[in-house]
Amino acid sequence: MIWFYLLSGLFLGWSLGANDAANIFGTAVSTRMVKFKAAALTSSIFVILGATIGGAGTTDTLTQLGAINALGGSFTVALASAITVTWMTKVKMPVSTTQAIVGGILGWNWFTGLPTNYTTLTQIVSTWFFSPLIAAIFAIILFKISVRFFAKIHLHLLKIDMITRIGLLTVGAFGAYSLGANNIANVMGIFVSANPFKDLNFGSTINIGGAEQLFFLGALAISAGIYTYSRKVMLTVGNELYKLTPYSALIVVLSVSLVLFMFASQKLSAILITLGLPPIPLVPISSTQAVIGAVIGIGIAKGGKGIRYRVIGKIAVGWIATPVATALLCFLMLFFVQNVFEIPVVSP
Amino acid sequence: MKVLFRKTKELESQIDDYLDIVDRAALIFVQGLKFYFENRKDEFEQRYHDLRAMESKGDFLRRDIENKLYVHTLIPEFRGDVLSLLEHSDTVLNRMAITLLNFSIENPEIPEELWPLYIDLAQAASSAAENMVKAVRTYFRDLSAVRDYINKALFYEKESDKIAEKIKRQIFQKEIELSRKAHLRIFAHHIELIADDAEDVCDRLAIATVKRHE
Repeated sequence: MIWFYLLSGLFLGWSLGANDAANIFGTAVSTRMVKFKAAALTSSIFVILGATIGGAGTTDTLTQLGAINALGGSFTVALASAITVTWMTKVKMPVSTTQAIVGGILGWNWFTGLPTNYTTLTQIVSTWFFSPLIAAIFAIILFKISVRFFAKIHLHLLKIDMITRIGLLTVGAFGAYSLGANNIANVMGIFVSANPFKDLNFGSTINIGGAEQLFFLGALAISAGIYTYSRKVMLTVGNELYKLTPYSALIVVLSVSLVLFMFASQKLSAILITLGLPPIPLVPISSTQAVIGAVIGIGIAKGGKGIRYRVIGKIAVGWIATPVATALLCFLMLFFVQNVFEIPVVSP
Repeated sequence: MKVLFRKTKELESQIDDYLDIVDRAALIFVQGLKFYFENRKDEFEQRYHDLRAMESKGDFLRRDIENKLYVHTLIPEFRGDVLSLLEHSDTVLNRMAITLLNFSIENPEIPEELWPLYIDLAQAASSAAENMVKAVRTYFRDLSAVRDYINKALFYEKESDKIAEKIKRQIFQKEIELSRKAHLRIFAHHIELIADDAEDVCDRLAIATVKRHE
């Protein structure tokens, strides 16, 4: 039964892998700078590493928003989120699993009558606004610096091509790690409070925590999404959503990876605290919206021509529509799960 | 990774070798014509054969470069432009070889007073080709310098037009048979076409450079 409950989370993980891996490797694959096999293998390995090693920070934030303490509840929240993501993808909205899962948790809080932590909610929502903005700023700075640098050193076109290829693969690996660390909370975070896994001890030195096992499982689902479906999405992202040169794509991926990493790294946050600076909130963000922010940044760096400002409006609609739709759907589904199927969705 | 580095390096030097061939061919072309007018036929023939050998080597190199660019899917967004530049540079090389071939076969009797003009025309066409090669070379390494070389190449192309016109006018003012006039005119036209082909490469290069800036 436990495995059945986890299925909705794994489904959400699969759709995250299918969709969001394309944000990291889309242009690289569609422009044939990186082969799909290499992209899939690299992103799978690094998503798993990122999720297992660095996934705790953003999960804590989601748990603060609503600690779903029954597997039936976690199952329903994840399923409602997955359905919303699939539906929003169909109507071509730049959807985010992050906004869906937050909507789902709010729906659960609403249904169970448990209070919502508004400080955490404000923190999360402001991050949605800031993440594309920061990605755009990173993209502008990185693009301007790198263009000046390359203009000075007079590298051969073929060398630039090779550097871009290696860059796309290594930055893509960093991006996949950050995606795993930042977004695993969306997939498995809601199962942490009702985690069925026990800590595993191998001798006295090796200890694998229950949460890590859960994250590993979620990361495997993301990998499955990457291998089974992301190729199609990568080609779509690369050709339709935005048209970038491989070099611009490298800057976009680097900017997005830095933003994902920034909002996922507990170490970075700790360093800021020791320096007397305010810590960065560890919040799962949307890689799609960060990508759009970075692409707009590239557009601005190139003089602001050809930017489709309507896309910004679409992001804003996504910020509101996704969580609201998921919250409503989740509320309805929780009602049915509890009253029709008689499955507990909250522990007393 | 090492293989990628090695292949890139190898291809870079192949492109340089190819452009060296076009560049040297332009010098040999002028040298050959000078020997023709100095009536040093053996040396002229030798230059013609050198040019043919360079043309074959150039063709082989160009095909190999094109093949490698496709097989290793290198510079995907600029590959079409690069291939077009190399292929049209090859047209310049071929035109020089064909022009010397025509001199070798048809042995035109050019009046002595027109020799300096023909040599000037050959030098202008050769300079257009040389600057075209420099422009293509900088396209790979230093985009900011491409425009300077294109401007120089276009200047020499205009010069060649003027010289060719002058030659043609002088030919048709002479008291010689019309068939000979036509024969002499066609040789000026052959040389002029070398500069026109170089101009064509420069036009393509100007667009390719704008695309790189995007």
